[in-house]
Amino acid sequence: MTPTDSLSRASSRRAGRRSLAGTLERVLPRLVVAPSLAVALFFVYGYMLWTFILSLTGSRMLPQYNFVGLEQYARLFANERWHVAATNLVVFGGLFIAICLVLGLALAIFLDQRIRQEGALRTIYLYPMALSLIVTGVVWRWLLNPSLGIEALVQSWGFENFRFDWLVDPDMAIYTLVIAAVWQASGFVMALFLAGLRGIDDSLFKAAALDGASLPRVYWRIVLPCLRPVVFSAVMILAHIAIKSFDLVMALTGGGPGYATDLPATFMYAHTFTRGQIGLGSASAIMMLCGVLAILIPYLYSELRERKHG
Amino acid sequence: MDNVIRRRTPRARLLRAGLYALLIAAALVYLLPLVVMVLTSVKPIEEIRAGALLSLPSHFTLDPWIKAWSSACTGMRCDGLSGYFVNSIKIVVPAVAISTLVGAINGYALTKWRFRGSELVFAMLLFGCFVPFQVVLMPMARTLGWLGLASSVSGLVLVHVVYGIAFTTLFFRNYYVAVPDEMINAAKLDGAGFFRIFWRILLPVSGPIITVSVIWQFTQIWNDFLFGVAFAGFDSQPVTVALNNMVNTSTGVKEYNVDMAAAMIAALPTLVVYVLAGKYFVRGLTAGSVKG
Amino acid sequence: MKPLYTLAAGAALAAAVTQANAAEIEVLHWWTSGGEAKAANLLKQKLEAKGHTWKDFAVAGGGGDSAMTVLKSRAISGNPPAVAQIKGPLIQEWGEMGFLGNIDKVAREENWDSFLPPELSAYDKVDGHYAAVPVNIHRINWLWANPEVLEKSGIDSLPKTWDEFFADAKKIRDAGFVPLAHGGQPWQDATVFEVVLMGVGGADFYRKAFVDLDPEALTSDTMVKALTTFKKLRGAMDPDIAGRDWNIATSMVISGKAAMQIMGDWAKGEFTAAGMTPGEDYLCEAAPMTEHMFSYNVDSFAMFKVDDKGKQQAQMDLAGLILSKDFQTTFNKAKGSIPVRMDVPLDDFDACAKSSREAFDTAQAQGGLVPSLAHGMAVSASVQGAVFDVITNFFNDPDMPAEKAAERLASAVRAAG
Repeated sequence: MTPTDSLSRASSRRAGRRSLAGTLERVLPRLVVAPSLAVALFFVYGYMLWTFILSLTGSRMLPQYNFVGLEQYARLFANERWHVAATNLVVFGGLFIAICLVLGLALAIFLDQRIRQEGALRTIYLYPMALSLIVTGVVWRWLLNPSLGIEALVQSWGFENFRFDWLVDPDMAIYTLVIAAVWQASGFVMALFLAGLRGIDDSLFKAAALDGASLPRVYWRIVLPCLRPVVFSAVMILAHIAIKSFDLVMALTGGGPGYATDLPATFMYAHTFTRGQIGLGSASAIMMLCGVLAILIPYLYSELRERKHG
Repeated sequence: MDNVIRRRTPRARLLRAGLYALLIAAALVYLLPLVVMVLTSVKPIEEIRAGALLSLPSHFTLDPWIKAWSSACTGMRCDGLSGYFVNSIKIVVPAVAISTLVGAINGYALTKWRFRGSELVFAMLLFGCFVPFQVVLMPMARTLGWLGLASSVSGLVLVHVVYGIAFTTLFFRNYYVAVPDEMINAAKLDGAGFFRIFWRILLPVSGPIITVSVIWQFTQIWNDFLFGVAFAGFDSQPVTVALNNMVNTSTGVKEYNVDMAAAMIAALPTLVVYVLAGKYFVRGLTAGSVKG
Repeated sequence: MKPLYTLAAGAALAAAVTQANAAEIEVLHWWTSGGEAKAANLLKQKLEAKGHTWKDFAVAGGGGDSAMTVLKSRAISGNPPAVAQIKGPLIQEWGEMGFLGNIDKVAREENWDSFLPPELSAYDKVDGHYAAVPVNIHRINWLWANPEVLEKSGIDSLPKTWDEFFADAKKIRDAGFVPLAHGGQPWQDATVFEVVLMGVGGADFYRKAFVDLDPEALTSDTMVKALTTFKKLRGAMDPDIAGRDWNIATSMVISGKAAMQIMGDWAKGEFTAAGMTPGEDYLCEAAPMTEHMFSYNVDSFAMFKVDDKGKQQAQMDLAGLILSKDFQTTFNKAKGSIPVRMDVPLDDFDACAKSSREAFDTAQAQGGLVPSLAHGMAVSASVQGAVFDVITNFFNDPDMPAEKAAERLASAVRAAG
């Protein structure tokens, strides 16, 4: 055997090892992510599919597989309470996300101004997120109740004509949901924005200051665009909270007055479980998810694309 | 952000005072429900029936707290919340640990070992954030029955891990995206393997995001009611179920002070976590997790 | 010595058999308040005295709504509890799906049919076999009142008709009190409505409309009249009713802010807790126009099918204990309802309970016994929910005319059934 032979054999052995390692390197990440994907496929998409199938059946108290086509959807769209619930979600969700973003950003900007006791203030804005709404629901109900809460308090201070009876007014009750929800989530959004603000490069500000830009202009032109990814994360989290808002409604208004503050999540729960109409409940669940997808997919697409490019 | 508005003109000082005023006013609003809860939990029941929400107690008493912890009725058992605390811990600790670990590895694999379709996988995993729990209650019940995990702590842990993976993956993936690739690539060239790189290089710098993930998951799982009530056995009910039993009695007499005390006790762990670890939370978020 | 051996052997055998048949059963219920729990704990103790173990699985909320959700999820996962608190027609639904067992053995041994009112025991039978055991009888159509407030308003006796009620309400308002305390939650709205309907239409009409769900009855003039009267009641209430819990409304009567409340007999618990005596500090009367009627709400424990002989024995023992005379007495005294066992004397019970029993007997004899729709005794959960939606919406909508509400009632019932 010549030295070149053994060398070439050694190098081919190394090449073989490298390709084995290479295969492993290619396969391992996929292997590692596979269980999570499998879990998502089964427990998320699989269940969605099952719910969809159930929405095509006449199931009542327990799942039955007697197919009735789109009848449940027809019933759903003829159901007035569903229309109220769907409209409420748009109103509530829209207001909730918008106000949280604005309030969170405002608080973050204010807190970022080298405030003394920033830590304490930040904790105060953040702590509502720690509490579950079963815990705080009763308290908010008292606070917003005209005869027990804020209205009574302000009236006792001498402002006899002060009215704050949104909770008992069918047209305004939905806004009380917004109040409680914003209270709970805005601190978290503030934390997100604060982190984002702190991550912005100082040099940008120095350059702007040198150029003589005024403060609002600095914020408008520089800060906000830099915060776009933060807005993305915040919207994702807020949207998830809005859609899942079940505890909030049950604790604060119970869906009332009447069913003026019903949301799709509570509608679905009431019909699937309490009223033994699984078929109808499943149809409402599917509509709920369609709504989510309709908003989320375009948003995700635009954001993930942007990130890849920029 | 730095000294852009540090000019010491009187106008600036006025603005600054206004700023503090706004922040403090906001703080008061945020604190209002907590204040009401605390005040109500230290009043005797007669005062509550008679009085206003924000009035200071004329008789300060810690009896409601003691009762809530050790002798309030949550069914035929009248042992207060104490036993349920342990149940909640048994559920929360494994669930948080497992979901955080899985999220970390997922985030790592999806960002440092990009393969074709990794973005799609991420998007698909992300959808799990939006699943309303009521919708999956029934199929999950059937699945747990098949797996023989119905009415058990392990079943609940599985459920929470499954629906927590979406969030933890989101957090870790966003964080690791911002970690520079150079170190990883250098390690790869040196021949370091998948897990070695994770263990030696990425994990040590993951402190902040691990904190974020743990805090988030802890809060979500500790405060969960729906899965807890549906999938726990009679001896493994978490503290939220016990609290609900105390607070939502249908036709029994309600003791609001005990209810508030119980609510505060149930909320203490999460509150403590947020108060103590809040700054790590923000630090974790600052360290790149939100920049995409 | 032989007899002694036989005796000893017999005793040992009996002990062995008892031991072998001692079991653990899981009991799902929603009695979580202190008073209810204390009363029901007797049952637990007695059951455990027989060697069984009671595994308590309590889920509060919604008058049983959450408990039913949990029951459903447990049934789907294949391990339903051995015993569950289920009411009225729902027992039939579970039975029809094959989940319930058969406890005729203990029913025969203890001769249940001899002391259970047949109208009520029918709910607990599936295919003619007992599958559940009733615990108590609540009366819904009560009118509770604060005599001091009435006196100050110049009223000497509670109204017997709705016309009298509205006249009295005016006097009470003029005196500065709230005539009718109420909590604006769907089940409470429905409770008040069905009491009005009972009175305005009578027992037969009520059954036709709310049990048979006859569309003609639902859109009839009587229904419209009932709806109109019901809507008019809003004028007798204060403006902040929305979302108010029932017990807060009762406390308005207790504290003298309001004169009356229409609520089931569990309201008695609030009065008792405030240290009041019936007849002196508070009054209980049949709601207007329902004097000879009894709207009932019966709690039952349903027995699920179990294979284990020990569990079956435990279920039977539990059922027997529930209907035992001393449990019936102690429990119902504490809960505010009356025993479902007709042969239990009510000597120790308070005046309202005695009055309730008398009313039951009268109503039973005269055909005035009606199941409460608002409390799940009359129709299936989906129909009940649909009715709730219409009633509560009508009550909260100042512009909806009663005719429209009646039409909606008929179509909602049709859509849900």
